Amino acid sequence: MNPKIECRNISKVFIQKGKQRVHVLEDISLEVMHNEFLVILGPGQSGKTTLLRIIAGLETPTSGQVLVDGKEVTGPGQDRGLVFQSYMLFFWRTVMGNVEIGLKLRGVDKKKRREIAQHYINLVGLQGFEKHYPHQLSGGMKQRVGIARAYANNPEIMLLDEPFGQLDAQTRMFMEKETERIWQTEKKTVIFVTNNIDEAIYLGDRIVTLKDKLPGRMDAIYDVPLPRPREHTDLEFVKLRQEITDRSELVL
Amino acid sequence: MAYEEVKVKEPIRFKLLSIMSLLAFFGIWEFIVDAGIVPRTMLAAPSQVVVLFIKKLTQANPDGATLGAHAWMSAKEAVTAYVLAIIVGVPLGLFMGWFKVVRGIFRPIFEMIRPIPPIAWIPLCIFWFGIGIWGKVYIIWIAGIVPFTINSWVGVNMTDPALIQMARTYGATDWQIFTKLCVPSALPMIFGALQISLAYCWTNLVGAELLAADKGLGFLIEMGRRLAMPEMVVLGMVCVGIGGALIGVVVDKLEKRLLAGIRR
Repeated sequence: MNPKIECRNISKVFIQKGKQRVHVLEDISLEVMHNEFLVILGPGQSGKTTLLRIIAGLETPTSGQVLVDGKEVTGPGQDRGLVFQSYMLFFWRTVMGNVEIGLKLRGVDKKKRREIAQHYINLVGLQGFEKHYPHQLSGGMKQRVGIARAYANNPEIMLLDEPFGQLDAQTRMFMEKETERIWQTEKKTVIFVTNNIDEAIYLGDRIVTLKDKLPGRMDAIYDVPLPRPREHTDLEFVKLRQEITDRSELVL
Repeated sequence: MAYEEVKVKEPIRFKLLSIMSLLAFFGIWEFIVDAGIVPRTMLAAPSQVVVLFIKKLTQANPDGATLGAHAWMSAKEAVTAYVLAIIVGVPLGLFMGWFKVVRGIFRPIFEMIRPIPPIAWIPLCIFWFGIGIWGKVYIIWIAGIVPFTINSWVGVNMTDPALIQMARTYGATDWQIFTKLCVPSALPMIFGALQISLAYCWTNLVGAELLAADKGLGFLIEMGRRLAMPEMVVLGMVCVGIGGALIGVVVDKLEKRLLAGIRR
Protein backbone atom coordinates (compact mmCIF):
# COMPACT_ATOMS: atom_id res chain seq x y z
CA MET A 1 0.00 0.00 0.00
CA ASN A 2 1.21 3.47 -0.81
CA PRO A 3 1.84 5.78 2.11
CA LYS A 4 -0.66 8.59 2.73
CA ILE A 5 2.09 11.07 3.49
CA GLU A 6 5.68 10.84 2.42
CA CYS A 7 8.51 13.17 3.45
CA ARG A 8 11.58 12.85 1.27
CA ASN A 9 14.90 14.20 2.53
CA ILE A 10 13.48 17.37 3.98
CA SER A 11 15.90 20.06 5.10
CA LYS A 12 15.00 23.56 6.17
CA VAL A 13 17.18 26.61 6.59
CA PHE A 14 15.63 29.86 7.78
CA ILE A 15 17.20 33.18 6.95
CA GLN A 16 16.81 35.32 10.03
CA LYS A 17 16.94 39.11 9.99
CA GLY A 18 18.08 38.93 6.38
CA LYS A 19 21.51 37.53 7.11
CA GLN A 20 21.59 34.84 9.81
CA ARG A 21 21.21 31.28 8.55
CA VAL A 22 19.42 28.99 10.96
CA HIS A 23 19.51 25.33 10.05
CA VAL A 24 16.39 23.80 11.54
CA LEU A 25 15.93 20.39 9.91
CA GLU A 26 18.40 18.05 8.25
CA ASP A 27 17.43 15.24 5.92
CA ILE A 28 14.13 14.05 7.35
CA SER A 29 12.48 11.14 5.56
CA LEU A 30 9.38 9.41 6.83
CA GLU A 31 6.18 7.79 5.69
CA VAL A 32 2.76 7.80 7.28
CA MET A 33 0.25 5.12 6.38
CA HIS A 34 -3.44 5.58 5.80
CA ASN A 35 -5.28 6.10 9.12
CA GLU A 36 -2.08 5.72 11.06
CA PHE A 37 -1.46 7.65 14.26
CA LEU A 38 2.14 8.82 13.96
CA VAL A 39 3.80 10.69 16.78
CA ILE A 40 6.84 12.88 16.22
CA LEU A 41 8.70 13.05 19.50
CA GLY A 42 11.57 15.41 20.07
CA PRO A 43 13.06 17.87 22.51
CA GLY A 44 12.67 21.62 22.15
CA GLN A 45 14.32 23.15 19.08
CA SER A 46 14.59 19.83 17.28
CA GLY A 47 12.50 21.29 14.47
CA LYS A 48 9.37 19.21 15.01
CA THR A 49 6.99 22.11 14.71
CA THR A 50 8.75 23.26 11.53
CA LEU A 51 8.42 19.75 10.11
CA LEU A 52 4.69 19.77 10.80
CA ARG A 53 4.32 23.23 9.27
CA ILE A 54 6.13 22.03 6.17
CA ILE A 55 3.72 19.09 5.89
CA ALA A 56 0.84 21.53 6.41
CA GLY A 57 2.20 23.63 3.56
CA LEU A 58 2.75 26.73 5.70
CA GLU A 59 6.52 26.54 5.12
CA THR A 60 8.39 25.34 2.07
CA PRO A 61 11.33 22.98 2.61
CA THR A 62 14.73 24.28 1.53
CA SER A 63 15.33 20.90 -0.06
CA GLY A 64 13.34 17.70 -0.30
CA GLN A 65 9.61 17.36 -0.76
CA VAL A 66 6.39 16.31 0.92
CA LEU A 67 3.94 14.11 -0.94
CA VAL A 68 0.33 13.54 0.04
CA ASP A 69 -1.28 10.71 -1.92
CA GLY A 70 1.73 10.86 -4.22
CA LYS A 71 1.22 14.54 -5.03
CA GLU A 72 3.68 17.21 -3.96
CA VAL A 73 2.50 19.68 -1.34
CA THR A 74 2.81 23.28 -2.54
CA GLY A 75 0.70 25.11 0.03
CA PRO A 76 -1.92 24.71 2.72
CA GLY A 77 -4.98 22.72 1.76
CA GLN A 78 -8.23 21.49 3.18
CA ASP A 79 -7.07 17.89 3.03
CA ARG A 80 -4.86 18.69 6.03
CA GLY A 81 -6.39 20.05 9.23
CA LEU A 82 -4.11 21.76 11.70
CA VAL A 83 -4.46 22.05 15.48
CA PHE A 84 -2.16 24.59 17.06
CA GLN A 85 -0.45 24.60 20.43
CA SER A 86 -1.76 28.10 21.11
CA TYR A 87 -5.36 27.17 20.09
CA MET A 88 -5.65 29.99 17.53
CA LEU A 89 -9.36 30.46 17.99
CA PHE A 90 -11.20 33.44 16.56
CA PHE A 91 -11.78 35.33 19.81
CA TRP A 92 -14.76 37.25 18.42
CA ARG A 93 -16.62 34.11 17.36
CA THR A 94 -18.50 31.68 19.55
CA VAL A 95 -17.65 28.00 19.86
CA MET A 96 -20.17 27.30 17.10
CA GLY A 97 -18.76 30.15 15.01
CA ASN A 98 -15.26 28.75 15.35
CA VAL A 99 -16.14 25.15 14.58
CA GLU A 100 -18.18 26.01 11.49
CA ILE A 101 -15.59 28.43 10.03
CA GLY A 102 -14.05 26.01 7.54
CA LEU A 103 -17.49 25.08 6.21
CA LYS A 104 -18.54 28.71 6.10
CA LEU A 105 -15.46 29.66 4.09
CA ARG A 106 -16.32 26.94 1.62
CA GLY A 107 -19.84 28.29 1.29
CA VAL A 108 -21.71 25.40 2.87
CA ASP A 109 -25.24 26.61 3.63
CA LYS A 110 -26.08 27.54 7.18
CA LYS A 111 -28.37 24.65 8.08
CA LYS A 112 -25.96 22.03 6.79
CA ARG A 113 -22.88 23.55 8.40
CA ARG A 114 -24.64 24.01 11.75
CA GLU A 115 -25.56 20.34 11.63
CA ILE A 116 -22.00 19.23 10.88
CA ALA A 117 -20.49 21.63 13.43
CA GLN A 118 -22.93 20.42 16.08
CA HIS A 119 -21.90 16.83 15.42
CA TYR A 120 -18.27 17.64 16.12
CA ILE A 121 -19.06 19.88 19.08
CA ASN A 122 -20.85 16.87 20.54
CA LEU A 123 -18.00 14.57 19.57
CA VAL A 124 -15.49 16.63 21.56
CA GLY A 125 -17.95 16.91 24.45
CA LEU A 126 -18.73 20.62 24.26
CA GLN A 127 -22.51 20.42 23.88
CA GLY A 128 -24.10 23.28 25.83
CA PHE A 129 -21.16 25.59 25.15
CA GLU A 130 -22.04 26.46 21.54
CA LYS A 131 -22.74 30.10 22.35
CA HIS A 132 -19.70 30.64 24.58
CA TYR A 133 -16.78 32.79 23.50
CA PRO A 134 -13.22 31.44 23.72
CA HIS A 135 -12.32 33.68 26.67
CA GLN A 136 -15.08 32.00 28.67
CA LEU A 137 -13.51 28.54 28.23
CA SER A 138 -10.69 26.73 30.01
CA GLY A 139 -7.53 25.68 28.16
CA GLY A 140 -8.70 22.11 27.67
CA MET A 141 -12.05 23.28 26.33
CA LYS A 142 -10.37 25.72 23.96
CA GLN A 143 -8.30 22.93 22.48
CA ARG A 144 -11.43 20.81 22.10
CA VAL A 145 -12.80 23.65 19.99
CA GLY A 146 -9.55 23.61 17.99
CA ILE A 147 -9.90 19.87 17.41
CA ALA A 148 -13.60 20.09 16.54
CA ARG A 149 -12.87 22.93 14.12
CA ALA A 150 -10.24 20.90 12.31
CA TYR A 151 -12.45 17.78 12.26
CA ALA A 152 -15.51 19.65 11.01
CA ASN A 153 -13.64 20.57 7.86
CA ASN A 154 -13.36 16.82 7.25
CA PRO A 155 -9.67 16.68 6.34
CA GLU A 156 -8.10 13.35 5.51
CA ILE A 157 -5.11 14.23 7.63
CA MET A 158 -4.96 15.79 11.07
CA LEU A 159 -1.78 17.59 12.08
CA LEU A 160 -1.52 18.36 15.78
CA ASP A 161 1.29 20.57 17.04
CA GLU A 162 1.84 19.98 20.77
CA PRO A 163 -1.87 20.52 21.25
CA PHE A 164 -1.80 19.92 24.99
CA GLY A 165 1.47 21.69 25.76
CA GLN A 166 -0.27 24.47 27.65
CA LEU A 167 -2.45 22.24 29.80
CA ASP A 168 -1.85 20.99 33.33
CA ALA A 169 -0.87 17.33 33.72
CA GLN A 170 -4.32 16.04 34.70
CA THR A 171 -6.20 17.83 31.95
CA ARG A 172 -3.51 16.72 29.56
CA MET A 173 -3.99 13.04 30.35
CA PHE A 174 -7.73 13.45 30.05
CA MET A 175 -7.35 15.15 26.68
CA GLU A 176 -5.07 12.35 25.49
CA LYS A 177 -7.82 9.87 26.31
CA GLU A 178 -10.30 12.07 24.49
CA THR A 179 -8.02 12.35 21.47
CA GLU A 180 -7.81 8.58 21.26
CA ARG A 181 -11.56 8.23 21.64
CA ILE A 182 -12.23 10.82 18.91
CA TRP A 183 -9.69 9.22 16.60
CA GLN A 184 -11.22 5.78 17.21
CA THR A 185 -14.68 7.19 16.44
CA GLU A 186 -13.63 8.87 13.20
CA LYS A 187 -10.37 7.54 11.90
CA LYS A 188 -7.98 9.89 10.18
CA THR A 189 -4.32 9.86 9.31
CA VAL A 190 -2.77 11.72 12.23
CA ILE A 191 0.61 13.31 12.81
CA PHE A 192 0.93 14.36 16.41
CA VAL A 193 3.92 16.39 17.55
CA THR A 194 4.95 16.31 21.19
CA ASN A 195 7.93 16.51 23.55
CA ASN A 196 6.29 14.19 26.06
CA ILE A 197 7.25 10.49 25.99
CA ASP A 198 4.18 9.26 27.85
CA GLU A 199 1.91 11.13 25.52
CA ALA A 200 3.78 9.66 22.54
CA ILE A 201 3.51 6.06 23.75
CA TYR A 202 -0.09 6.47 24.89
CA LEU A 203 -1.24 7.73 21.50
CA GLY A 204 1.10 6.57 18.75
CA ASP A 205 0.91 3.59 16.43
CA ARG A 206 4.46 4.54 15.63
CA ILE A 207 6.83 7.06 17.14
CA VAL A 208 9.48 8.93 15.19
CA THR A 209 12.06 10.52 17.44
CA LEU A 210 14.12 13.55 16.49
CA LYS A 211 17.47 14.37 18.05
CA ASP A 212 19.90 17.27 18.11
CA LYS A 213 19.07 20.91 17.97
CA LEU A 214 19.29 23.25 15.01
CA PRO A 215 19.31 21.20 12.91
CA GLY A 216 17.11 18.40 14.17
CA ARG A 217 17.71 14.99 12.64
CA MET A 218 15.87 11.69 12.59
CA ASP A 219 16.85 9.46 15.43
CA ALA A 220 14.77 6.29 15.47
CA ILE A 221 11.37 4.85 14.69
CA TYR A 222 9.51 2.76 17.27
CA ASP A 223 6.50 0.59 16.69
CA VAL A 224 4.02 0.62 19.53
CA PRO A 225 2.20 -2.70 19.30
CA LEU A 226 0.32 -2.23 22.60
CA PRO A 227 -3.45 -2.72 22.58
CA ARG A 228 -5.66 0.34 23.16
CA PRO A 229 -6.63 1.93 25.45
CA ARG A 230 -3.17 1.82 26.95
CA GLU A 231 -2.17 1.98 30.58
CA HIS A 232 0.78 4.10 31.69
CA THR A 233 1.60 1.48 34.30
CA ASP A 234 1.54 -1.45 31.87
CA LEU A 235 4.86 -3.34 31.85
CA GLU A 236 5.30 -3.10 28.08
CA PHE A 237 4.52 0.61 28.27
CA VAL A 238 7.18 1.17 30.90
CA LYS A 239 9.70 -0.94 29.00
CA LEU A 240 9.21 1.02 25.80
CA ARG A 241 9.40 4.25 27.76
CA GLN A 242 12.73 3.14 29.21
CA GLU A 243 14.03 2.14 25.80
CA ILE A 244 13.23 5.52 24.28
CA THR A 245 14.59 7.40 27.28
CA ASP A 246 17.84 5.44 27.28
CA ARG A 247 18.40 6.04 23.64
CA SER A 248 17.45 9.63 23.29
CA GLU A 249 18.30 10.99 26.73
CA LEU A 250 15.21 13.05 26.25
CA VAL A 251 14.81 15.45 29.11
CA LEU A 252 11.22 15.98 30.06
CA MET B 1 0.08 39.64 68.72
CA ALA B 2 -2.58 42.25 68.21
CA TYR B 3 -4.03 43.12 64.88
CA GLU B 4 -3.52 46.61 63.67
CA GLU B 5 -6.51 48.75 63.01
CA VAL B 6 -6.88 49.25 59.31
CA LYS B 7 -8.52 52.37 58.03
CA VAL B 8 -10.65 51.75 55.01
CA LYS B 9 -10.82 54.69 52.68
CA GLU B 10 -14.36 55.78 52.05
CA PRO B 11 -15.07 56.83 48.49
CA ILE B 12 -17.76 59.20 49.76
CA ARG B 13 -15.05 61.38 51.27
CA PHE B 14 -13.47 61.85 47.88
CA LYS B 15 -16.79 62.71 46.37
CA LEU B 16 -17.28 65.29 49.08
CA LEU B 17 -13.81 66.61 48.35
CA SER B 18 -14.67 66.98 44.67
CA ILE B 19 -17.87 68.83 45.45
CA MET B 20 -16.09 71.16 47.86
CA SER B 21 -13.36 71.84 45.36
CA LEU B 22 -15.93 72.77 42.72
CA LEU B 23 -17.80 75.01 45.16
CA ALA B 24 -14.56 76.72 46.14
CA PHE B 25 -13.62 77.19 42.50
CA PHE B 26 -16.90 78.90 41.64
CA GLY B 27 -16.93 80.79 44.94
CA ILE B 28 -13.50 82.32 44.40
CA TRP B 29 -14.35 83.05 40.79
CA GLU B 30 -17.56 84.84 41.82
CA PHE B 31 -15.69 86.74 44.53
CA ILE B 32 -12.84 88.09 42.39
CA VAL B 33 -15.30 89.41 39.83
CA ASP B 34 -17.84 90.81 42.34
CA ALA B 35 -15.09 92.45 44.39
CA GLY B 36 -13.72 94.07 41.26
CA ILE B 37 -10.28 92.38 41.50
CA VAL B 38 -10.77 91.40 37.88
CA PRO B 39 -12.83 93.94 35.95
CA ARG B 40 -16.15 92.79 34.47
CA THR B 41 -14.96 93.70 31.01
CA MET B 42 -12.41 90.90 31.23
CA LEU B 43 -14.28 88.10 32.98
CA ALA B 44 -17.91 87.38 33.85
CA ALA B 45 -19.00 86.04 37.22
CA PRO B 46 -20.66 82.62 37.31
CA SER B 47 -23.92 84.24 38.44
CA GLN B 48 -23.94 86.41 35.30
CA VAL B 49 -23.42 83.33 33.17
CA VAL B 50 -26.35 81.57 34.83
CA VAL B 51 -28.57 84.60 34.31
CA LEU B 52 -27.57 84.81 30.65
CA PHE B 53 -28.08 81.06 30.26
CA ILE B 54 -31.68 81.30 31.45
CA LYS B 55 -32.28 84.33 29.27
CA LYS B 56 -30.73 82.74 26.18
CA LEU B 57 -32.92 79.67 26.49
CA THR B 58 -35.81 81.72 25.09
CA GLN B 59 -34.32 84.90 23.62
CA ALA B 60 -32.54 85.14 20.29
CA ASN B 61 -31.04 88.57 20.96
CA PRO B 62 -28.47 89.99 20.89
CA ASP B 63 -26.62 87.40 18.80
CA GLY B 64 -29.43 86.18 16.54
CA ALA B 65 -30.40 82.77 17.87
CA THR B 66 -31.47 81.02 21.06
CA LEU B 67 -29.03 78.80 22.88
CA GLY B 68 -30.94 75.73 21.72
CA ALA B 69 -30.60 76.83 18.09
CA HIS B 70 -26.85 77.34 18.53
CA ALA B 71 -26.39 73.94 20.16
CA TRP B 72 -28.56 72.22 17.57
CA MET B 73 -26.56 73.78 14.74
CA SER B 74 -23.24 72.69 16.27
CA ALA B 75 -24.51 69.19 16.95
CA LYS B 76 -25.79 68.86 13.39
CA GLU B 77 -22.45 69.92 11.94
CA ALA B 78 -20.42 67.71 14.25
CA VAL B 79 -22.56 64.61 13.83
CA THR B 80 -22.74 64.95 10.03
CA ALA B 81 -18.97 65.31 9.79
CA TYR B 82 -18.40 62.51 12.30
CA VAL B 83 -20.61 60.06 10.43
CA LEU B 84 -18.97 61.01 7.13
CA ALA B 85 -15.56 60.50 8.76
CA ILE B 86 -16.57 56.97 9.76
CA ILE B 87 -18.06 56.17 6.36
CA VAL B 88 -14.95 57.26 4.48
CA GLY B 89 -12.18 56.80 7.04
CA VAL B 90 -12.87 53.24 8.20
CA PRO B 91 -13.04 51.56 4.77
CA LEU B 92 -10.07 53.62 3.59
CA GLY B 93 -7.98 52.51 6.57
CA LEU B 94 -9.10 48.88 6.29
CA PHE B 95 -8.24 48.71 2.59
CA MET B 96 -4.95 50.49 3.21
CA GLY B 97 -4.12 47.87 5.80
CA TRP B 98 -4.77 44.87 3.59
CA PHE B 99 -4.25 45.91 -0.04
CA LYS B 100 -0.76 47.10 -0.90
CA VAL B 101 -2.06 48.89 -4.01
CA VAL B 102 -4.55 50.96 -2.02
CA ARG B 103 -1.84 51.75 0.53
CA GLY B 104 0.54 52.75 -2.26
CA ILE B 105 -1.98 55.15 -3.76
CA PHE B 106 -3.44 56.79 -0.67
CA ARG B 107 -0.64 56.79 1.87
CA PRO B 108 1.41 59.68 0.43
CA ILE B 109 -1.68 61.86 0.00
CA PHE B 110 -2.90 60.99 3.47
CA GLU B 111 0.48 61.66 5.07
CA MET B 112 0.71 64.99 3.28
CA ILE B 113 -2.72 66.25 4.35
CA ARG B 114 -2.59 64.87 7.89
CA PRO B 115 -0.15 67.40 9.42
CA ILE B 116 -2.14 70.40 8.14
CA PRO B 117 -4.25 71.73 11.04
CA PRO B 118 -7.91 71.46 10.01
CA ILE B 119 -8.59 75.14 10.76
CA ALA B 120 -6.01 76.06 8.11
CA TRP B 121 -8.67 74.95 5.63
CA ILE B 122 -11.09 77.66 6.77
CA PRO B 123 -10.28 80.28 4.10
CA LEU B 124 -10.57 77.70 1.31
CA CYS B 125 -13.79 76.42 2.80
CA ILE B 126 -15.27 79.91 2.77
CA PHE B 127 -14.31 80.20 -0.93
CA TRP B 128 -15.86 76.84 -1.70
CA PHE B 129 -18.87 76.58 0.57
CA GLY B 130 -19.54 80.08 1.92
CA ILE B 131 -20.47 80.17 5.59
CA GLY B 132 -23.15 77.49 5.35
CA ILE B 133 -23.01 74.13 7.09
CA TRP B 134 -20.89 72.26 4.53
CA GLY B 135 -17.74 74.31 4.93
CA LYS B 136 -17.68 73.54 8.63
CA VAL B 137 -18.59 69.91 8.03
CA TYR B 138 -15.61 69.68 5.70
CA ILE B 139 -13.20 71.07 8.31
CA ILE B 140 -14.55 68.80 11.05
CA TRP B 141 -14.48 65.85 8.67
CA ILE B 142 -10.82 66.47 7.84
CA ALA B 143 -10.09 66.43 11.58
CA GLY B 144 -12.25 63.41 12.36
CA ILE B 145 -11.19 61.11 9.56
CA VAL B 146 -7.56 60.81 10.67
CA PRO B 147 -8.07 58.60 13.74
CA PHE B 148 -10.51 56.34 11.89
CA THR B 149 -8.14 55.79 8.99
CA ILE B 150 -5.06 55.24 11.11
CA ASN B 151 -6.73 52.98 13.65
CA SER B 152 -8.44 50.84 11.01
CA TRP B 153 -5.18 50.50 9.15
CA VAL B 154 -3.19 49.62 12.27
CA GLY B 155 -5.97 47.27 13.38
CA VAL B 156 -5.75 45.28 10.15
CA ASN B 157 -1.97 45.26 10.36
CA MET B 158 -2.11 43.91 13.90
CA THR B 159 -4.13 40.85 12.88
CA ASP B 160 -2.32 37.85 14.29
CA PRO B 161 -0.29 36.40 11.38
CA ALA B 162 -0.75 32.95 12.85
CA LEU B 163 -4.53 33.38 12.58
CA ILE B 164 -4.11 34.35 8.95
CA GLN B 165 -2.07 31.21 8.33
CA MET B 166 -4.68 29.17 10.11
CA ALA B 167 -7.40 30.61 7.88
CA ARG B 168 -5.27 29.65 4.87
CA THR B 169 -5.21 26.03 6.03
CA TYR B 170 -9.01 26.22 5.82
CA GLY B 171 -8.77 27.34 2.24
CA ALA B 172 -9.75 30.97 2.88
CA THR B 173 -9.22 33.36 -0.02
CA ASP B 174 -7.50 36.74 0.39
CA TRP B 175 -10.85 38.50 0.38
CA GLN B 176 -12.29 36.08 2.96
CA ILE B 177 -9.27 36.57 5.21
CA PHE B 178 -9.78 40.31 4.92
CA THR B 179 -13.51 40.33 5.66
CA LYS B 180 -13.78 37.43 8.09
CA LEU B 181 -10.53 37.89 9.96
CA CYS B 182 -8.78 41.23 9.53
CA VAL B 183 -11.90 43.37 9.84
CA PRO B 184 -13.16 41.68 13.04
CA SER B 185 -9.69 41.82 14.60
CA ALA B 186 -9.46 45.51 13.73
CA LEU B 187 -12.80 46.30 15.41
CA PRO B 188 -11.43 47.06 18.90
CA MET B 189 -8.99 49.54 17.36
CA ILE B 190 -11.76 51.12 15.29
CA PHE B 191 -13.95 51.50 18.37
CA GLY B 192 -11.01 53.15 20.07
CA ALA B 193 -11.05 55.72 17.27
CA LEU B 194 -14.70 56.56 18.01
CA GLN B 195 -13.66 58.49 21.13
CA ILE B 196 -10.49 60.03 19.75
CA SER B 197 -12.16 61.23 16.57
CA LEU B 198 -15.08 62.67 18.49
CA ALA B 199 -12.72 64.82 20.55
CA TYR B 200 -11.03 66.02 17.35
CA CYS B 201 -14.38 66.78 15.73
CA TRP B 202 -15.77 68.73 18.64
CA THR B 203 -12.57 70.76 19.15
CA ASN B 204 -12.35 71.71 15.51
CA LEU B 205 -16.04 72.50 15.36
CA VAL B 206 -15.49 75.47 17.66
CA GLY B 207 -12.47 76.54 15.64
CA ALA B 208 -14.44 76.44 12.41
CA GLU B 209 -17.39 78.34 13.86
CA LEU B 210 -15.21 81.03 15.38
CA LEU B 211 -14.32 82.25 11.95
CA ALA B 212 -17.14 81.34 9.63
CA ALA B 213 -20.65 80.98 10.94
CA ASP B 214 -23.93 82.67 11.65
CA LYS B 215 -25.06 80.15 14.24
CA GLY B 216 -23.48 77.59 16.56
CA LEU B 217 -21.73 77.46 19.91
CA GLY B 218 -18.41 78.62 18.46
CA PHE B 219 -20.25 81.53 16.86
CA LEU B 220 -21.80 82.34 20.25
CA ILE B 221 -18.31 82.64 21.74
CA GLU B 222 -17.21 84.84 18.86
CA MET B 223 -20.29 87.05 19.24
CA GLY B 224 -19.51 87.42 22.94
CA ARG B 225 -16.16 88.86 21.92
CA ARG B 226 -17.66 91.21 19.32
CA LEU B 227 -20.35 92.44 21.70
CA ALA B 228 -17.84 92.71 24.56
CA MET B 229 -19.93 90.34 26.70
CA PRO B 230 -17.57 88.06 28.66
CA GLU B 231 -20.57 86.22 30.14
CA MET B 232 -21.57 85.16 26.62
CA VAL B 233 -18.05 83.91 25.91
CA VAL B 234 -18.03 81.87 29.09
CA LEU B 235 -21.54 80.55 28.42
CA GLY B 236 -20.41 79.35 25.00
CA MET B 237 -17.35 77.68 26.48
CA VAL B 238 -19.38 75.95 29.18
CA CYS B 239 -21.90 74.67 26.61
CA VAL B 240 -19.13 73.28 24.41
CA GLY B 241 -17.65 71.55 27.43
CA ILE B 242 -20.95 70.04 28.53
CA GLY B 243 -21.82 69.03 24.97
CA GLY B 244 -18.49 67.27 24.52
CA ALA B 245 -18.85 65.46 27.82
CA LEU B 246 -22.39 64.35 26.97
CA ILE B 247 -21.44 62.94 23.59
CA GLY B 248 -18.44 61.28 25.22
CA VAL B 249 -20.72 59.44 27.64
CA VAL B 250 -23.01 58.29 24.82
CA VAL B 251 -20.11 57.01 22.69
CA ASP B 252 -18.60 55.27 25.70
CA LYS B 253 -21.87 53.43 26.37
CA LEU B 254 -22.20 52.52 22.71
CA GLU B 255 -18.62 51.29 22.54
CA LYS B 256 -19.07 49.06 25.59
CA ARG B 257 -22.21 47.53 24.14
CA LEU B 258 -20.67 46.92 20.72
CA LEU B 259 -17.53 45.43 22.22
CA ALA B 260 -19.32 43.20 24.71
CA GLY B 261 -18.83 40.04 22.67
CA ILE B 262 -15.43 40.90 21.28
CA ARG B 263 -13.37 41.04 24.46
CA ARG B 264 -10.56 38.56 24.41
